[in-house]
Amino acid sequence: MNTFKKIIFTVLVSFLLLGSANAGKIKIGTEGAYPPWNSKDASGKLIGFEVELAWTLCRYIGEQCEIVEQDWDGMIPALIMRKFDAIMAGMSITAERQKAISFSQGYADEVASLAVMKGSGLEGLDTPAGINLTKPNAAAKKALKTLTAALAGKTVCVQTATIHQNFLDSGDVGKVNVRTYKTQDEVNLDLASGRCDAALAAAVAFSDYAEKSGKPVVLVGPTFSGGAFGNGVGVGIRKDDTELLNAFNKAIDKARKNGDISRIATKWFGFDASM
Amino acid sequence: MDLELMANSFPKLLNAAVITLKLLSASLIIGLFVGLFFAILRLNKNIFLNKFAYGYSYVFRGTPLLVQIFIIYFGLGQIEYLRSTFLWVILKEPYWCAIIAFALNTGAYTSEILRSAFQTIKPGIVEAGKSLGISNKIIFYKIQIPIAIRQSLPAYGNEIILMMKGTSLASTVTIMDLTGVAKYIISTTFKPIEVFIVAGGIYLFMTFIIHNLIKFLEKKYSFN
Repeated sequence: MNTFKKIIFTVLVSFLLLGSANAGKIKIGTEGAYPPWNSKDASGKLIGFEVELAWTLCRYIGEQCEIVEQDWDGMIPALIMRKFDAIMAGMSITAERQKAISFSQGYADEVASLAVMKGSGLEGLDTPAGINLTKPNAAAKKALKTLTAALAGKTVCVQTATIHQNFLDSGDVGKVNVRTYKTQDEVNLDLASGRCDAALAAAVAFSDYAEKSGKPVVLVGPTFSGGAFGNGVGVGIRKDDTELLNAFNKAIDKARKNGDISRIATKWFGFDASM
Repeated sequence: MDLELMANSFPKLLNAAVITLKLLSASLIIGLFVGLFFAILRLNKNIFLNKFAYGYSYVFRGTPLLVQIFIIYFGLGQIEYLRSTFLWVILKEPYWCAIIAFALNTGAYTSEILRSAFQTIKPGIVEAGKSLGISNKIIFYKIQIPIAIRQSLPAYGNEIILMMKGTSLASTVTIMDLTGVAKYIISTTFKPIEVFIVAGGIYLFMTFIIHNLIKFLEKKYSFN
């Protein structure tokens, strides 16, 4: 064997070895920009509720894991194109997304809320504390009417490809001027600058921002759940990957039974957001 | 390949291309005046004006367009004082922020293109005008500017095409241009390849039109 062939052979063998070293690893995609669900610390390390939960679930599954970062707007396409095997990115389980991917059982739930800057005309809306849109009762329907009137012609900002955008697009609160942003951070910035009359996102995303930035962001109107807001947050998995789906479902069962999900949720949210 | 999705998204994307063209034409028109202004400053003998114009083109050609948009849109939005001035009426709108960023960016490149075009004009042509007793002002407007425009056409054509592609960054500040609408469709269908192929095709077609327009102008104003 001449030297050239030897080099080629060595390179090929090392590729094979690298390939097999990666084969057993479950790759989990997260955004790293949606605190407290998932975010990054000052050194750029991924942290948050889902990052910690992901390691816990991997321990129960008994496989090596790797957490990879992915921009939110490309999350589902990246999963389908096999850049990673599972999504844990505060992604709510909705009928629309289920057309493209499967979801594990929910591991945590979030309520959405509108937020405005202190002193806004939208403060003090007369609505119930929370409404469920799966089967809206009379009070919920009345609240939607109140919101429709209050938000008419207003600019409401949301992160793109979210349940919050879907809800505003659905027309449940009439015709509002929807502005979409790549990240929640950008939504927060434009809410604070006054370009948005209101913003819609997970209630915790706003309280987290208000706390960290010291900006007078206040929640208004009811908290939303059900309907366009989906049924809790679950692990997103490719449709043909039933084996991994079962593994995650079992791991979530175990983690719930052992109190891991509650413990981690309380640590990051300040309350028990587990389900 | 989801051909149905491609067909369905085509009219929506075509509508969005109108926004792209509006952004492009507004930025180019403003940018041309900005560019001409700074090109003239660059040719000025006054060292301060000269350095000022050089600094402008240096900064805007030396930083990414995305960074410029973000500074103008998100950056200026953070300054509380600015929000109480009349400037906020303009800066509040993403559309105007994008046009300001694009115009300043293309203005910097245009100023360099025009400056080098002015500098390639042979002194003999200006002297010929002077010997005929034509005033400096008329020499500048009727001789130097037309020649400079002809000289700069190929380079400026490239700049138009680059700027057209640059407008896709408007989607990062919430504008629903061609790229913005493409991303929106992807956010509900999760099929980026199909949608981006259609959007890319529309961009390519616009490049084709611009390219041929410039070629036509080059021919029309050629010296032969």
